[in-house]
Amino acid sequence: MRTIFDYRKRNGTGGILPELDVPAKKTTDLIPQDLIRQDKPRIPNLSEPEVVRHYTALSKLNYGVDDGLYPLGSCTMKYNPKVNEDVAHLPGFASIHPAVDPELAQGSLSVVHKMSRLLCGITGMADVTLQPAAGAHGEITGMFLLKRYFEARGETQRTRILLPDSAHGTNPASAATAGFSVTEIRSGADGLVDLNALSGELDETVAGVMLTVPNTLGIFEENIMKITAMVHATGGLCYFDGANLNAFLGHARPGDMGADVFHFNLHKTMSAPHGGGGPGSGPVAVSEALVPFLPVPRVRLDRGRYYLDWEKGQSIGSMHSFYGNFGVFLKAYTYILTLGDEGLYEAGENAVLNANYLQERLKKTYRLPYDRLCKHEFVLTGKGIADGISTLDIAKRLIDYGFHPPTIYFPLIVHEALMIEPTETESRETLDRFAEALEKIASEAQENPDLLHNAPHTAPVRRLDQTRAARNPILTYPFGD
Amino acid sequence: MGYPAEYRYTKEHEWVDLDGTRAKVGITDHAQSELGDVVFVELPAVGTTVNQGDTLGTVESVKAVSDVFAPIGGKVVEVNSELESSPETINTDPHGAGWLVMIEVSDPSQVDSLLDSAAYERIIAEE
Repeated sequence: MRTIFDYRKRNGTGGILPELDVPAKKTTDLIPQDLIRQDKPRIPNLSEPEVVRHYTALSKLNYGVDDGLYPLGSCTMKYNPKVNEDVAHLPGFASIHPAVDPELAQGSLSVVHKMSRLLCGITGMADVTLQPAAGAHGEITGMFLLKRYFEARGETQRTRILLPDSAHGTNPASAATAGFSVTEIRSGADGLVDLNALSGELDETVAGVMLTVPNTLGIFEENIMKITAMVHATGGLCYFDGANLNAFLGHARPGDMGADVFHFNLHKTMSAPHGGGGPGSGPVAVSEALVPFLPVPRVRLDRGRYYLDWEKGQSIGSMHSFYGNFGVFLKAYTYILTLGDEGLYEAGENAVLNANYLQERLKKTYRLPYDRLCKHEFVLTGKGIADGISTLDIAKRLIDYGFHPPTIYFPLIVHEALMIEPTETESRETLDRFAEALEKIASEAQENPDLLHNAPHTAPVRRLDQTRAARNPILTYPFGD
Repeated sequence: MGYPAEYRYTKEHEWVDLDGTRAKVGITDHAQSELGDVVFVELPAVGTTVNQGDTLGTVESVKAVSDVFAPIGGKVVEVNSELESSPETINTDPHGAGWLVMIEVSDPSQVDSLLDSAAYERIIAEE
């Protein structure tokens, strides 16, 4: 596959500059000698059609949610409605400079303010910051909030975060980056947090627990009220990773379950693009006790005018330049208003229905280690399909059937995991085609295993040697000269 | 691949070869086979003191990053620096040249809490 640099030696040109209307000056008169590069820049000299054709050709090799099912577990790759883009591209929003006087940005600030109120309503939390740029950024924001909260209370001995092994992989990293030590809590045989294991670890050194709700097995923590009460009883706080909010959207609220911090992934639940189409947005909602610590600036409303409040007080400070990824708020805001209360409720319901529909059909062919009603996703294992066949082989073969493979080898508590999240935007017809493909692959694994070992056969790039790529990564472009 | 009878094992799939007060530590054949191709190994600095059960290092494969736990407490006196350039040795010879660290053991009797090869093989058969 050619890169744009492989055309470099051509002598095309993308445009002709107009005659200078000021006196010409030498570069050496304008820039200090030591800052002038000696080599020619490696800029491909191409004409406009050559550039357009190159990138159009590349875009045709891509696969996105506009092409078909993208059942990447833990990612909620739902369809991104195009009306979101229309709103985000309105000139009043798209052309505004982030440093403009707030008096001239009343429309944009009103969106931030109203969006915050909507997110509080959806979660039942007291307040929200829209600053974090994505999920893990929301997690670290939440961890800083916990840290500052306990510092303000003089409880600096609370240095531990408890984490179930069914939590998102970024959670322990976020807790550790914020300076906490992490203690893993094992799941019980039912895939839920083991209450005895939790209770054994809870004491005055615990700052909080980080729960992924529902967890990465797609199972709702049935004991959530008990868990949050146990943590609160020992003075700790409860962080909810909200990446899986789609599973109970409009049906239940983390604030009512006892969450103190809850992060959203607007680019998952609220249909803004992600996975290369980002950027993301990871707002963090908090309970009353944590409101004073939220990042500044806050957008406030006073006598009909919106303004930025930079008063630091006990705030953890700023987590993002300006006020976060504003374009993403617009898309998410549009989505929420388009669907309304009933629409969000239905989105959550259909996400769960679709996942259970697939789970029930596929568990006849693939092993389902945690066999129970799931929420928005479920985890199968590729183990036992055929000797010498790995989950990687199954995933690669799915590409030949025109589907993006699901998440594989995560969560770690299921060996050879296949983590499937269809989302509510898929029709029953699509779900059936996907299930059929997986069933066919299971028979192929018995009858013609090499078909799987050598997959994908139809993709522009065949099976990559990921071991060699990881052991000997080449991280620069090898220019031929 | 067999599990040497003179080694002791943990449920977390480490092995220990104790000789006097010196213990060689590695991960089992079962562990390397579950992990798949190992691409990176992070080992503690020589001189680090570890308690039994502490995180000793990490082994990264194309599938996952896994912690390795100290099967026995003591001071790390040697690490297998060959693994830096050839992490695949863990896949090809997990019970031999793919060893991870050598520990000067503080309490050799800790080894009694570990599994013998027969008990370990029963555990992996159940998985």
